[in-house]
Amino acid sequence: MNYFLLTLIKAGLIAFVLVTVLAYLVWVERKVLAHIQLRVGPNRVGPHGLLQPLSDLVKLLFKEGFIPSHVNLFFYLLAPFMAVALSLGSIAVIPLGPQIDVFGIKTNLGLADVNIGILFMLGLGSLGVYGVALAGWASNNKYALIGGLRSAAQMISYELPLALAIVAPLLMFNTLSFREVVDAQGGYLFGFIPQWAIFQLPVPQLISFIIFLIAAFAETNRIPFDLPEAENELVAGFHTEYSSMLFAAFFTAEYGHITTACMVASVLFLGGWQPLWPAAYGSDFFPVVAHWFFAAICFWHARQPARSYDRYTMPILGIILFGAGGLFLVPFLKPILVPLFWFLSKVAFLIFTFVWVRGTLPRFRYDQLMRFTWTFLFPVALVNLLITGLLVALTTK
Amino acid sequence: MPDGYLPIFLFLIVSILFPTVTLLAVRVIRPSQPGVVKQEAYECGIPAESTARGRYSVRFYIVAILFVIFDVETIFLYPWAVRYRQLGWFGVAEMGVFLAILVLGYVWAYRRGALKWV
Repeated sequence: MNYFLLTLIKAGLIAFVLVTVLAYLVWVERKVLAHIQLRVGPNRVGPHGLLQPLSDLVKLLFKEGFIPSHVNLFFYLLAPFMAVALSLGSIAVIPLGPQIDVFGIKTNLGLADVNIGILFMLGLGSLGVYGVALAGWASNNKYALIGGLRSAAQMISYELPLALAIVAPLLMFNTLSFREVVDAQGGYLFGFIPQWAIFQLPVPQLISFIIFLIAAFAETNRIPFDLPEAENELVAGFHTEYSSMLFAAFFTAEYGHITTACMVASVLFLGGWQPLWPAAYGSDFFPVVAHWFFAAICFWHARQPARSYDRYTMPILGIILFGAGGLFLVPFLKPILVPLFWFLSKVAFLIFTFVWVRGTLPRFRYDQLMRFTWTFLFPVALVNLLITGLLVALTTK
Repeated sequence: MPDGYLPIFLFLIVSILFPTVTLLAVRVIRPSQPGVVKQEAYECGIPAESTARGRYSVRFYIVAILFVIFDVETIFLYPWAVRYRQLGWFGVAEMGVFLAILVLGYVWAYRRGALKWV
């Protein structure tokens, strides 16, 4: 019963944090894209547009959600639920940190700890294609149908290099559990190079990491692979006929997929919550220094305000950052927060890369997209797997 | 062992309940004025010529078939990867043969033009 209660609390907490973070990812994306394109981005609702996600949510809630008369009602309504549940469900198996001790209760940071976590994640990820394909077909609209078909073909094609790219590091770690994968990446080469999969001997998995990232861009239907919702040819692709909260469900699913992909990439290739340099050289104090550094920048900007309201918003932000940095010094919270900080900063960097790429690259043509995965990415992933296998076998006694 | 999977089911229930509850709750407050024109298929405002239940390119079918073949073979690599160090050179040779067959099928599909989109 105690275990059940604990799990329920953790599930509720993670779901709440996740939904908030997903809403703010939209803000982050719009803001970063705007600055890449020398614009300001959302800045009307709240300071720096920080309340924009809230206002978007309220708008979507109050919009009329009409159901077109020509759809296949059951599948039309099922598709968004499948998309959301499958994209959020795979986060349940990803560990967020090591085992911790809260008020004498030992528990793992993260929800479920199954020994086939990686297979489970791949399985749920493959099911994700159903949401999109069903939405496209059930809408009974030509744009939606083409969008759904394109998306299905693209997602299953890029799943092959994705799966092959994951096998290569598994050859070195010999486990399917996310937690054991992270444990296998602890320690340092020569005392300072972290043993993350992309640096670990005998075969640094840099090529696998790049293949995984490219395939993840395609799996999440992001630019440069966002053919399913290519605005100038397909209106909005598979969700053309969806409005109001059903539309919001697809958006949540897309950002959920991005978050999952980034979490998996940082667990498999970037060492999860293993810090960048050893604790002996003060990696435990890096979060404090980083927070206080940004707090100092905020105070400096408050002294020289570029906009009139900076005089009030910047000190508040600075105090919040200062306090957040101080939390890392509390002995009771330190073993929880420091691994979380390292893990989440890796995830945040990868998510930033997703937005960065969107602001930089143009869209592929559909035949280029399919040719790229079948005649380039798949063979490269296979060769990479063979080389990894040979080198691991040669160095094993 | 089913204990380990309980959190996943709980989380799935939470993530299905979340959209359901919001959808049902906002039915009370949001407007609903359906109309004949509003409920037509969206096609740039011109009356639709035909429905979307037509034919489409056979390419998608070929991609699906190829995916089924290669993905099943990829899944066989996972148990092999987990036991790789215990299997030693036997595992290397076995998987070499397996991957050789896979590559042979891939080359055949490539030569027959199954991977060309246009």
